Amino acid sequence: MPQVTLTVNGKQHTVEVEGRTLLVELLREKLGLTGTHIGCDTSQCGACVVHVDGISVKSCTQLALQADGAKVTTIEGLAAADGTLHPMQEMFREHHALQCGFCTPGMVMTAIDLVESHPAGLTEKEIREGLEGNLCRCTGYHNIVKAIAAAHPLMHAKAAE
Amino acid sequence: MGFEGIGASVRRKEDVRFLSGKGNYTDDINRPGQLYAVIKRADRAHAKINSINIAAASAAPGVVKVFVGDDMAADGVGGIPCGWQIHNQDGSPMAEPAHPAIATGKVRHVGDPVAVVIATTKQEARNAAELLEIDYTDLPAVAHLTDAVKPGAVEVHDGVAGNICYDWAIGDKAVIDGVFANAHKVVKLELTNNRLIPNAMEPRVALGDYDTSSGEFTLYTTSQNPHVIRLLMGAFVLHIPENKLRVFAPDVGGGFGSKIYHYAEEAIVTWAAGKLRRPVKWTADRGESFMSDAHGRDHVSTAEMAIDQEGHFLGLRITTLANMGAYLSTFAPAVPTYLYATLLSGVYKTPVIYCNVKAVFTNTVPVDAYRGAGRPEATYLLERLVDVIAYETGIDKVELRRKNFIPADAFPYQTPVALQYDSGDYQTTLRVGLKNADWDGFEARRAEAKKRGKLRGIGISTYVEACGIAPSAVVGSLGARAGLYEVAEIRVHPTGSVTVFTGTHSHGQGHETTLAQLVVDQLGVPFDQVEVVHGDTAKIPFGMGTYGSRSLAVGGSAMVKAMDKVIAKGKKIAAHLMEASVEDIEFKNNTFTVAGTDKSKTLTDISLAAYVPHNYPIEELEPGLDETAFYDPKNFTFPGGCHIAEVEIDPETGVVAMVNFTAVDDVGRVINPMIVEGQVQGGVAQGIGQALMEGCGYDADGQLTTGSFMDYTMPRANDIPNMSVATENTMCTHNPLGSKGCGEVGAIGSPPAVINAVVDALKDYGVRHLDMPATGPKLWSIIQASTPRMAAE
Repeated sequence: MPQVTLTVNGKQHTVEVEGRTLLVELLREKLGLTGTHIGCDTSQCGACVVHVDGISVKSCTQLALQADGAKVTTIEGLAAADGTLHPMQEMFREHHALQCGFCTPGMVMTAIDLVESHPAGLTEKEIREGLEGNLCRCTGYHNIVKAIAAAHPLMHAKAAE
Repeated sequence: MGFEGIGASVRRKEDVRFLSGKGNYTDDINRPGQLYAVIKRADRAHAKINSINIAAASAAPGVVKVFVGDDMAADGVGGIPCGWQIHNQDGSPMAEPAHPAIATGKVRHVGDPVAVVIATTKQEARNAAELLEIDYTDLPAVAHLTDAVKPGAVEVHDGVAGNICYDWAIGDKAVIDGVFANAHKVVKLELTNNRLIPNAMEPRVALGDYDTSSGEFTLYTTSQNPHVIRLLMGAFVLHIPENKLRVFAPDVGGGFGSKIYHYAEEAIVTWAAGKLRRPVKWTADRGESFMSDAHGRDHVSTAEMAIDQEGHFLGLRITTLANMGAYLSTFAPAVPTYLYATLLSGVYKTPVIYCNVKAVFTNTVPVDAYRGAGRPEATYLLERLVDVIAYETGIDKVELRRKNFIPADAFPYQTPVALQYDSGDYQTTLRVGLKNADWDGFEARRAEAKKRGKLRGIGISTYVEACGIAPSAVVGSLGARAGLYEVAEIRVHPTGSVTVFTGTHSHGQGHETTLAQLVVDQLGVPFDQVEVVHGDTAKIPFGMGTYGSRSLAVGGSAMVKAMDKVIAKGKKIAAHLMEASVEDIEFKNNTFTVAGTDKSKTLTDISLAAYVPHNYPIEELEPGLDETAFYDPKNFTFPGGCHIAEVEIDPETGVVAMVNFTAVDDVGRVINPMIVEGQVQGGVAQGIGQALMEGCGYDADGQLTTGSFMDYTMPRANDIPNMSVATENTMCTHNPLGSKGCGEVGAIGSPPAVINAVVDALKDYGVRHLDMPATGPKLWSIIQASTPRMAAE
């Protein structure tokens, strides 16, 4: 069986996978990182979004083998070692941007990439359009949009430090 | 630390877990030696199963066992039971055909289980399922309500004539016909309530386990009500006594009703785990969710209102066809009857109401309660009908509503359709709604939009719903086969911290936070010293679960009752310790005080004494401080309110943009305003989804045409506007909290407001009514068909 070597949340792993194994299956089943969720089978819902080399990716739409040599960050890798939440996590909590929590990991990972790739700022419309690939059935998106808007200055202030 | 009791928007206890990827959802659980089940499902709507050749699949790599329906039947496994029995108008019981967990003889809808393949990996099971050879003889199928009731229609079940599950009515037909015979005017509307697929983001999962040493079964499942599953599956399907069956529903990723019901897959994996002596796990692909989760709505109705010269409602006459799907899901029969027809008075003092409901079998996935369940169908029918009355009479639609409202001083109000509303103030929610939506400024906004080439419309809906489900004796008399009380255990630990065991279940509602706030309020225990446990029949005494916006109104009331018992016992212990009489002990702010003195003991002093009873009235009182209460509600609760939608239609494309949405709801006492607002926002988004984009499709052969997120349109962030959400509350008069419930109001009040707005936007095109969903192509066609006539005018 082929092997894939990748770094996940700062830790290197070498794992045997089938050719057809998806990145999300590797994360959940081989590495036990069950924070990344599977909500559909057509790449529509975004519950599985992780960062691969800093870019948000639907991990159900990438083969595990394609991640060979990549640096992957999952929802488990966002908070600081002492448990301090990432500003996006903190703003999701502050603004009640999650209910059942199932879409949340993918939503947070998408939101971080969205904010990082728009340092000059994001309008409400841009945030809503930026969430095109992520479904939430609980919140009506209202508070997710608020949380992302609130995280923007915190993340860029932090980056500027 | 700030105020964390009732009324505070405390940030949620559960969030750090969910935000860090540490949630514990069913699919995250794996057991040693676990096998994987893949269910082979019917790819056609209706067929006779001639034979199933399992030889090749059984011999495939990794396969441990293949089971078919006959294997379960031979083992004495019962069918999936229905939890509610409706009676026909003639007094006979409804038709209740058998519902085997795996089909035997015939398949009756796309997605009906035909076999289960169990292997050491999911991929192996999936591969092997492809090797099953099933020989079918196709039968003609019927998917749509109006086709299923036609004379000579295909029968979904042998012996169920005309596909009628039941023919039920409420009200007096002769009386209503008399009202119509003498009415000034009758306004008639034919409408459908579109079929929806709930689509909680977490697909269903079931993991069965069997402990060979204790003989105990455990089912891990994505359920809103684990005790109900234990009851139904244990007693009726697998014949496992409660003491040998644990059902655990851990973190559940959304439900909206679809995870209430006992599903075949739960029985299949639990039974297979016992047969194979190994854990068996099934995880739905989203495609399976579409064809196996219970669907929602799907009504076709004719509604008529008799009115007098001034527009007063004199009588309402309705006939409804309700789709049950191919089999009866757990609560399906109750939805179009006691959760629908009893709400047809709405917020209006209509004196006479008659409704006939025919529930119909079709070759489709079973239909059951979906967020709101019956009440959205009633609200949509009424609020569309009221707008059509305004359209036909020329009476202002707000004025028409006002003049027919049940006045605020008329409560308790007995409707002609069985319910007695305890409280409400519809004029106030309307007034505040109009103000928050700037109703009076709308025509200026319409004119401004017109300059931009857009058709702007505004729509209103004023509604009431029934939740806090439900008084056991009442629902028992209406056909429920269970009680609908709720249970809470309050365990005060020796050091004064508290664990709450609730029979309700949180799958997004934030119970770990809201219910902890009740303990902060009543016992004065700090928020961070309260833990709420739900979902596990091994830990929780009993419970009926979460649906019908009942968790706070019923489950919270059980907690209040249990905490009353804690305080009563604590007073006895305090009286002993402080050498006072029990009558003189007062409890407030976590402290027992001898009235009129400075002698006091904290709850921690008392709990320590209760568990270390060295100085304790041991002759009269048991040690410990742990109380359980069952609370059976005295009535339903009646949230209501006013929803206002504002839309803009692009006449070039027909596409509707939701530009404003205003909700003013009466949900009774609010414990956590932040969570209540979130519940309403989420419900409104689902209502907008129903009104503008969602619609489950079947073709004439019963093939599901919306089987993925690529075909079934879910609302996305850009489809939903910023919402103005507020509450104007009157208290529920019959439960100790005064709370009514907020989980469903958003999905109930909003669809008619949106469609009323769309129809208003198209008022120059002669549109009287259109059915949901109001998609771009549908509106474009209407606009295209109407434009020439407009131009000619």
